[in-house]
Amino acid sequence: MARSGPIRVIVAKPGLDGHDRGAKVVARALRDAGMEVIYTGLRQTPERIAEAALDEDADVVGLSSLSGAHRVLFPRVVDELRKRGLGDVIVIGGGIIPAGDTPALIQAGVRAVFGPGSPTSEIAEFIRGAVKERRG
Amino acid sequence: MATDGTRAAGERWERDTLGRVLRRFPERQERFETLSGLEAGRLYTPLDLAGPGSGAAEGSPPAGGEAAAPAHDYVRDEGFPGEFPFTRGIQPTMYRGRLWTMRQYAGFGSAAETNRRFKYLLEQGQTGLSVAFDLPTQIGYDSDDPLAEGEVGKVGVAIDTLADMETLFDGIPLAKVSTSMTINAPASILLAMYAVVAEKQGAPLDKLSGTIQNDILKEYVARGTYIFPPEPSMRLVTDLIAYCAESLPVWNSISISGYHIREAGSTAVQEVAFTLANGVAYVQAAKRAGLDVDTFGPRLSFFFNGHIDFLEEVAKFRAARRLWARLMRDRLGAKDPRSWMLRFHTQTAGSSLTAQQPLNNVVRTALEALAAVLGGTQSLHTNSFDEALALPSEDSVRVALRTQQIIGHESGVADSVDPLGGAYLIESLTDRIEAEALRYIDEIDRLGGAVAAIEKGFVQKEIEDSAYRYQRLVEEGRRTVVGVNAFQVEDEKMPPLLEVDPEVGRRQMATLSEVRARRDAKAVTSSLEALREAAVATGTALMPRIVDAVRRYASLGEICHVLRGVFGEYAGAGR
Repeated sequence: MARSGPIRVIVAKPGLDGHDRGAKVVARALRDAGMEVIYTGLRQTPERIAEAALDEDADVVGLSSLSGAHRVLFPRVVDELRKRGLGDVIVIGGGIIPAGDTPALIQAGVRAVFGPGSPTSEIAEFIRGAVKERRG
Repeated sequence: MATDGTRAAGERWERDTLGRVLRRFPERQERFETLSGLEAGRLYTPLDLAGPGSGAAEGSPPAGGEAAAPAHDYVRDEGFPGEFPFTRGIQPTMYRGRLWTMRQYAGFGSAAETNRRFKYLLEQGQTGLSVAFDLPTQIGYDSDDPLAEGEVGKVGVAIDTLADMETLFDGIPLAKVSTSMTINAPASILLAMYAVVAEKQGAPLDKLSGTIQNDILKEYVARGTYIFPPEPSMRLVTDLIAYCAESLPVWNSISISGYHIREAGSTAVQEVAFTLANGVAYVQAAKRAGLDVDTFGPRLSFFFNGHIDFLEEVAKFRAARRLWARLMRDRLGAKDPRSWMLRFHTQTAGSSLTAQQPLNNVVRTALEALAAVLGGTQSLHTNSFDEALALPSEDSVRVALRTQQIIGHESGVADSVDPLGGAYLIESLTDRIEAEALRYIDEIDRLGGAVAAIEKGFVQKEIEDSAYRYQRLVEEGRRTVVGVNAFQVEDEKMPPLLEVDPEVGRRQMATLSEVRARRDAKAVTSSLEALREAAVATGTALMPRIVDAVRRYASLGEICHVLRGVFGEYAGAGR
């Protein structure tokens, strides 16, 4: 991950889910907050997301899923990042993720889950705090 | 004239009665706006419908606050239900003749589980079926495709072959029940399966009643379940429309949708504009493919969102009807009055539901459903209160259905046609939405039409900007969402949620293997080859070949694989 400069974020839509309103709004809000954000578009495989994180020297990977595939796909993304030596990249998630699923996602390496109604300012603040910690 | 007296009285009211109160008690906001950003005026009077030529002083606005539109003519602008321009409804008796169809979108897991939910809903009094398919099915992948992993049966029913379709409608007489299918890129395949199931049931095709969404344009800008690029997709759309015109006379060949455009963040005005612009594009494409507009015109249908800004929604539906009637008759050359009628299904707004304090959503859905009924919808789906969290449970979907039944049978609003017609605010807002939507349609025309506007990213940007604007309003506290940025509660107890069986993917793959083992492999291969040949030869009808392939139990994924090979895949644009 980047050691200095603006925070770099990948916002990604893993799997087949086509609902990208939230992902786009978060991407734009984070840009407005001074971060450099790349939105991957729809239908990304975990491998492609991890590759993008590698190419873009990302500090953060934000995953959006509303289709219920998060249980399988979010941990997969974490694995693909680790395989590429990107285990310290901060992975966060959002979308329709039942509260009951969050512990398993956290176990699998997702740092935080932002459900419906989360203000983008809260997400930005979380990212700033987490990246500061990582960069030391 | 009468208007002069009203204007004088209005000015006096503003100066004295209103002025006195405003000086001591300012209003809650500087400006009140609808969800779409249109001004919500303080008060609407006959002056709002009297037009600039009413003899009133130049430049002095009517009490409603917006600039005056041309003078209203009742017959021209509102008219009578069942007659052009259909502002007040597409039938003269509307719900006095028959209530709207209560049609709950449903589907999850396997065909057998969904079949059970269909039967439950019919038992509880819904009057039409609406099928939700899972994402692999919607995007043309079989349940055993690597890309389907984790997705099978999650947002709808998994359909791989005709065998699943047979299970889905087992014990449900297709000659008697109207079915709507939300499927777009592979719509032809699902309709073919439905027709073959009907045939096997002994139900004549000309009795089959229902709708297939088949609206690819909105997929590119709002929903995301496209497969092929726009040009071959439009061919598939028109091919299906032609097939329906010939073989399924009471089937709606397309459901031109604004619901998803609205869910993606557009305003009500944009919802109407972009939907109707897509409609114009489809009609033009079908005409170019050699169809006469009145052959398919009467069987086009629409699908709108039922959102939370109550008055704006009622006006929106009326504006859409009037605008479409004018477009079909005056611009697209339709002569049959049935081609001028905008018939639509409504779904209450998923995006208005909150994960916080879910029971509040019962209220939201009720208001939204009421607006749709007052707006004259032909068919209605009401969301369940837990849908910001999961798919509906049996209990929550029952409440949603009861909401419609209470509106229809207890509230009285179904007993007169267009009960809010004539309300000064409603007519003024109807006019306003129509005018604003037309401005967008003109802009889209200037860009070269809906397909070009999409390829240029214009529609997507408008939607994204509206979505972002709304988010800013909420985060800055300028728009209240009860339970989210106001009236919050800590430590809520969540209702029991529906869980999709995690084994559904594995079981579906097993079913698919069995079907593949049983079928005549040679017949499948030759039918797929025949389809490929037809796909390559532009201008050849595809539906007959798709029906053949489906009949032999070729899978959805196998058929789409052939089509992908010929048509290519959509890569994304204007992001």
